[in-house]
Amino acid sequence: MAAIWSHPDFQFVFWTVVKITVILNGMLGMVSYMIYAERKIAGHMQARTGPNRVGPLGLLQPIADVMKLFFKEEFMPAGASTVVFHLAPVLAVVPALVSFAVVPIGPAFLVTDLNVGLLLFLAMSSLGVYSITLAGWSSNNKYALLGGLRSAAQMISYELAMGLSTIGVLLLAGSLSMVEIVRAQSGFFHLWFLPVPRWFVFAQPIAFVIFMITAFAETNRAPFDLPEAEAELVAGFHTEYSSMKFGLFFLGEFANVITICSIAVTLFLGGWNGPWLPEPLKFVWFFAKLGVLLFFFIWVRWTYPRLRYDQLMHFGWKVLLPIALANIVVTSAWEYWVGSR
Amino acid sequence: MIPLPWTLGVSAVVFTLGVVGVLVRRNALVIFMSIELMLNAANLAFVAFARSMGSLDGQVFVFFVMTVAAAEVAVGLAIIVNLFRLRETVFVDEINLLKG
Amino acid sequence: MSLTLFVAFAAMLVGSGLLVILHKNPVTSALFLVLAFCSLAAIYLLLGAEFIGMVQIIVYAGAIMVLFLFVIMYLNLQHDVERGVQIALRRGLGWLAGAVLAAEAVLLFARGWGVGPASTEPPPAVAIGNTQAVGLALYTRYLFPFEITSMILLVAMVGVIVVGKGRQRGEGA
Repeated sequence: MAAIWSHPDFQFVFWTVVKITVILNGMLGMVSYMIYAERKIAGHMQARTGPNRVGPLGLLQPIADVMKLFFKEEFMPAGASTVVFHLAPVLAVVPALVSFAVVPIGPAFLVTDLNVGLLLFLAMSSLGVYSITLAGWSSNNKYALLGGLRSAAQMISYELAMGLSTIGVLLLAGSLSMVEIVRAQSGFFHLWFLPVPRWFVFAQPIAFVIFMITAFAETNRAPFDLPEAEAELVAGFHTEYSSMKFGLFFLGEFANVITICSIAVTLFLGGWNGPWLPEPLKFVWFFAKLGVLLFFFIWVRWTYPRLRYDQLMHFGWKVLLPIALANIVVTSAWEYWVGSR
Repeated sequence: MIPLPWTLGVSAVVFTLGVVGVLVRRNALVIFMSIELMLNAANLAFVAFARSMGSLDGQVFVFFVMTVAAAEVAVGLAIIVNLFRLRETVFVDEINLLKG
Repeated sequence: MSLTLFVAFAAMLVGSGLLVILHKNPVTSALFLVLAFCSLAAIYLLLGAEFIGMVQIIVYAGAIMVLFLFVIMYLNLQHDVERGVQIALRRGLGWLAGAVLAAEAVLLFARGWGVGPASTEPPPAVAIGNTQAVGLALYTRYLFPFEITSMILLVAMVGVIVVGKGRQRGEGA
């Protein structure tokens, strides 16, 4: 036993597995409570209370939801390809969870510090397209196929603008490593008498706006949720899914939301930087900022109407993409002539 | 570290699989996929040599190969779609317009 | 440990490559190709090419294969059913050609042509990261191919739109 423990690789693998377990379970817990938060906030925005029966203040609602989903009947449409049908919901969750490996929650509270962390996030969001496409196709159903293809086209169109908007951050931070990007946002600069933190949202406001808009499109949330719109396309690509597979899609969507918000916090809102707290407790700032962004996501969903598909594609290609490119040009010009640290 | 012959061996095997795929399959899309396999095998050889020689030129070349492969796939698939519209088939045996 | 990982990912690469060419359903072939690309990206990471590994997933697995899947679903392709003696003959010749290629590879390795430099030590760790080094090379020594590549992409984009539109009724040939 001691021989295995003293093997250098074994310790590395062991501690990495421990970190992964802690962070992954924490994140999955956040995902289920995000469902509760959405329903409660939506309720209050619509002048009603939201779930309040299951447990105090309705806090046990997600558990009840999950148990209900487990008890529903599992069926598969005739003629559907079995393996792909079952694979699609899994592919919805996995990329979001993998991206969480590079998100720095606190100075020492992260799974790993990849030196191409930002590219890993972009790679995983590229892989997220598959789940919807395969779900739509494997259901052997016209509505699902249409919903799936439309959603895939939407996601790859907005992925471009998202990647380009992060390049501004990359130029300012000088590194693709998430930890480096967070460290580059530490400290304050003084605007008249006001200490303004060096977060990239102040240096790159346009990039932040573009990132948030594309985040809505990437996660298929309103106002870009035509692919899964209940009233429009039957239920889009997850028409034929029931029980836990549908639950996995739901989970995947919220996991995606949390991941993208965490990345936005890391890239633009300074990650775990914040005043008054000692180093070991800095993760509180991260969760505070994450909470604000998640509330914003829920708020937007229940406020704005849906975009029509052609409006959506027009906006992504003809408005966001040129603005993102212009942002890169302006940022690089600024860096070259005015320079910084 | 990873010995160079091992990576080159893997690259050779994948390249051979790609060649066999192009020769054996009749579906134009699968032929295309086998071509992508061949390109990737070549990429692997490039990266392996870049590593063993300590220079980065191999990786830069892989970057270019990927870009050109992306462009080629786009154009090739557009052609296949057009061909399908014309002949209702993607089997290369049946696309023999110039024959006879 | 990296050796074990390399063997595992190489096995996954070769296995999925084999299944790409063997499977009858084009969608399954495409999905196995995605798996092959992802394992290849893992091998790139093991060989110290992090930037290339991530770009492999973003470009190949995330864009090119999505395009493939789009086309397969749009054309609504079913299983390939191919029978006949002629096809079996051609298949046999195809496998024979593959065997010849494999034999050549084995011969080259037996003669020691793939050994490379004497030491198998990794190159000395440089102060700048992989991405930065690739970027420096791209923008200084390989600037001209870089610009030409952008022209290639532009031509491909225009070409795809023109070819994809097809011929309109009433337009001159």
